[in-house]
Amino acid sequence: MKGMTIIVKNISSFVKVLIFLFGIYIILFGHLTPGGGFAGGVIVASSYVLLMLAYGREFAEENLSLPTTSRLDCVGALLFAAIALFGLFYGATGFFWNFIHQKELWGQPLKLLSAGTIPLSNISIGIKVGSSLFLVILILSSFRLETSASEKE
Amino acid sequence: MAIFCTLLVFIIIAAFIAVETKKLLSAVICIGAIGFGASIMFLFLWAPDIAITQIVVEVLGLIILIRATISRDRTFIAGDREFFGMIVSLVIILVIAVAGVSVFPETLPDFGTPVFTETSNSASQTYIEEGLEKTGAANLVASVILDFRAYDTLGEATVLFTTIIGATVILRKKTKKLLEEPDL
Repeated sequence: MKGMTIIVKNISSFVKVLIFLFGIYIILFGHLTPGGGFAGGVIVASSYVLLMLAYGREFAEENLSLPTTSRLDCVGALLFAAIALFGLFYGATGFFWNFIHQKELWGQPLKLLSAGTIPLSNISIGIKVGSSLFLVILILSSFRLETSASEKE
Repeated sequence: MAIFCTLLVFIIIAAFIAVETKKLLSAVICIGAIGFGASIMFLFLWAPDIAITQIVVEVLGLIILIRATISRDRTFIAGDREFFGMIVSLVIILVIAVAGVSVFPETLPDFGTPVFTETSNSASQTYIEEGLEKTGAANLVASVILDFRAYDTLGEATVLFTTIIGATVILRKKTKKLLEEPDL
């Protein structure tokens, strides 16, 4: 489990940055173009999965360790709930009320800075989904390594 | 319409192979074929949001499943299928097919033309007419799932969060040590 050949390592070291940037683009432009927080988060997670498959689990854990990933997961969920609660308390209108667009009215439609709380929700869901899906693969691979090592003994 | 029928037949054949094949790796690849066929169908139905999500999740799930199957020693299924279970599943499929043929052609609308587009003041027509004005988002799907129907997104995020927390707790090292210790 020390990774793949040098061809795969070299190519994935170029490609992983492009995949990561594409995921961030999908998240940030989720209110204008197709995509959104969930799809962009999965693309961001798949860039780290590519890193893990090419270089091995230890290298990927040096970049984004397991406790950090777990904390990012919690931070994303907390941000999304906080946006919902702000709509409840700020305007006293309702849960998930789009308080930025309805009250402040900044930003033209069809521009990047528009749509109120929708880009913020996209960013929080992207953080949450990306870190949690990377966490699944980290946990499963570490668990499999431990069980196979104990079976060989 | 012909392309949907072709893709549906492709998906059904892939599903049958995935159930009936003996090798686990072939079954995983057939499940991937089902996902890609569904993704192409969403593209032809003018739903690129769903298509992107479907294809991306399919790729990541395929990676997880392939890692899980390659690591096993037994990558094939031994033994025959149970006769009684096969009879029961055939009867269930027959009943569903007969019910579908007899009931659905009168009540279901045509493929790709949902009922919501025919009535004037339904929910989806309201979203299409007032979505840009009320939320300011150009992508109406984003305005629906993150503003009008954000409760569903919150529930989905909660389900994912709970699943990850459960997997972390069950698969960590401390639990393995606790399992190996005898009960007191």
